[in-house]
Amino acid sequence: MSSGLAPTPPSRSGAEHAVVSRTVTIASRVGLHARPAATFSRAAAATGLPVTLSVGDKEPVNAASILAVMGLGVAYGQQVTLTAEGTGAEQALDSLAELLASEEDGQ
Amino acid sequence: MKAGTIHGLGVSPGVARAPLARLAPPVVTSRADPVTEEPEAALARVEWALGAVAAEMAERAERAEGVAADILSTTSAMAGDASLVAAAGEQLRAGSPTGHAVTLAVESFCAQLEAHGGYLAERVTDLRDIAARAVALLAGVPMPGIPAPGHPIVLTARDLSPADTATLAGSDVVALLTEEGGPTSHTAILAKSLGLPAVVGCRAAAEIPAGVPVLVDGSTGEVRIGADAGSVQLGATALVVPAASGPGRTRDDVAVALLSNVGTLADAHAAAATDSEGVGLFRTEFLFLGRRTEPSADEQTEVYAEVLRAFGERPVLVRTLDAGSDKPLPFLPLGEEENPALGVRGLRTSTIYPEALSEQLTAIAKAARSAGRPVRVMAPMVATAEEAAAFVATARAHGLDDIGVMIEVPAAALRADELLDVVDFVSIGTNDLGQYTMAADRAAGALGHLLDPWQPALLDLIAMVGAEGRERGKPVGVCGEAASDPLLAAVLVGLGVTSLSMAPVSRPAVLAELAGLTTADCVAIAEAARGSVGARLARAHAREVRDERWSVPA
Repeated sequence: MSSGLAPTPPSRSGAEHAVVSRTVTIASRVGLHARPAATFSRAAAATGLPVTLSVGDKEPVNAASILAVMGLGVAYGQQVTLTAEGTGAEQALDSLAELLASEEDGQ
Repeated sequence: MKAGTIHGLGVSPGVARAPLARLAPPVVTSRADPVTEEPEAALARVEWALGAVAAEMAERAERAEGVAADILSTTSAMAGDASLVAAAGEQLRAGSPTGHAVTLAVESFCAQLEAHGGYLAERVTDLRDIAARAVALLAGVPMPGIPAPGHPIVLTARDLSPADTATLAGSDVVALLTEEGGPTSHTAILAKSLGLPAVVGCRAAAEIPAGVPVLVDGSTGEVRIGADAGSVQLGATALVVPAASGPGRTRDDVAVALLSNVGTLADAHAAAATDSEGVGLFRTEFLFLGRRTEPSADEQTEVYAEVLRAFGERPVLVRTLDAGSDKPLPFLPLGEEENPALGVRGLRTSTIYPEALSEQLTAIAKAARSAGRPVRVMAPMVATAEEAAAFVATARAHGLDDIGVMIEVPAAALRADELLDVVDFVSIGTNDLGQYTMAADRAAGALGHLLDPWQPALLDLIAMVGAEGRERGKPVGVCGEAASDPLLAAVLVGLGVTSLSMAPVSRPAVLAELAGLTTADCVAIAEAARGSVGARLARAHAREVRDERWSVPA
């Protein structure tokens, strides 16, 4: 396990890339607690892009940081916003949004 | 402390007696510790120490199984989080001693999690364990661990971290006793999965000297100390309740199949590796949700066959797609609805898209042939006997022969006699049945008290279904959360339920609970619950009767 895998947003503004975002409703019945947060932050890190996650009017956090994601205390049914920029940001956010919208261990 | 009895919260049933042993306390850091290195050098060592903890957790996760593996790999991800190194770096630059910088960095995240309460707040134990391990590495002292005296021990600690609890299997520990922790703490979850009696939240445990014999009752939360623990030789143990394994049955030897709820292939393989007697609910949604196009019949067949093979001789019950306006799919557009929970969902979807159900049933039948195993199928969200009959006819036309429906709609429970006449079995989904009985949205946090599965109105409906099933000799299962609460499981058996399906982690506790009660005991407990006004009293009265009647399995 590498300890330096988390890219730190915000990045330089690549003029050719627009900032993209997705708003999605959390489907995990238990919210983004430890295990779903681990799965999500791992996937966010794997995109290689600086991705942020925000909920309500709280400051956006680095989506690749499991501790920051857990610190948001996102509950089932809450809406969160994912933001990223760079090559492949659209596809990366689509797949992260799908992850959050799929029921991981609910009933 | 003299002989006597203290109390905590019993979270994993069983009784064990052995001398007490205390988990070695972690190194305590302080702002007053000497600063021995430059911030940059210190930061490099902190990064190394946290990286080493992450690596150790990841390695343990690979050796562990099931829940323990999950918890360890999550802990590894937390230890390896770059935000933690960054936070420690800030403390170091502000002049903090090396070890204390790690403590402060971890405590800053603990404060965030504690502010959320509940499950997240209980995860601070994992975080503090990461700090304790990294600090031990930085100080060059051995990492905290479980004592191994070579004879049985009751392990006590302020709270147990996943790293501690993950190495419990095969250790000298016969019971757990912690000063802190709640019903969803790791101590509780892992003790249950290992079948170890456990009492948590017992502050007074801090005062018991090591080596004193104690008796821990993980059902009642009672802890007897010294002479009151009974005549036990030091080093000897009386593990009164055997490890919870084997098939589910009551004390009078009536079989109650304890099955698994499975939502992914990984779940299926994990559950198949346990004592689970089969699958009582295979949710097929994971194949469909989050996709733009429908999975092909071949893809479906392959997945269903893999699950059937994983369980070998054990039965597998596949639930047909439970999607619809509440869980929309791009390839089955249904339009917006005001009340998706009351809309076109579950089996109702097939009235608009019959081919999707037909394709799924084809795939299930094909999987059964290719795996050479029987398969059971059921439809979700059935309200009437006509719907049930139509589903049975469709499933039979696809070559399936063990066909049931879920009871989630109060109408289906009220007319359970008619439904049971046309199906081979029913399975009660207590979560949805509760939501529809109480007219309380499952997603509405403020209505949690109405969604309590102990609501007597919900128990009444289950009782109607149980009675009709018993009269016809047809199986009645439960596959909602209610099945995983040991006391409620006893109530369900008393109401006529013949199988319970749950997350595999809940199985040992339910198994041990039922093993200590006869069917007559279960009926008495169920009557106490149904005879009460409100969920709180139903639970309390059931608990009273249970405590009078539960006895150690023969």
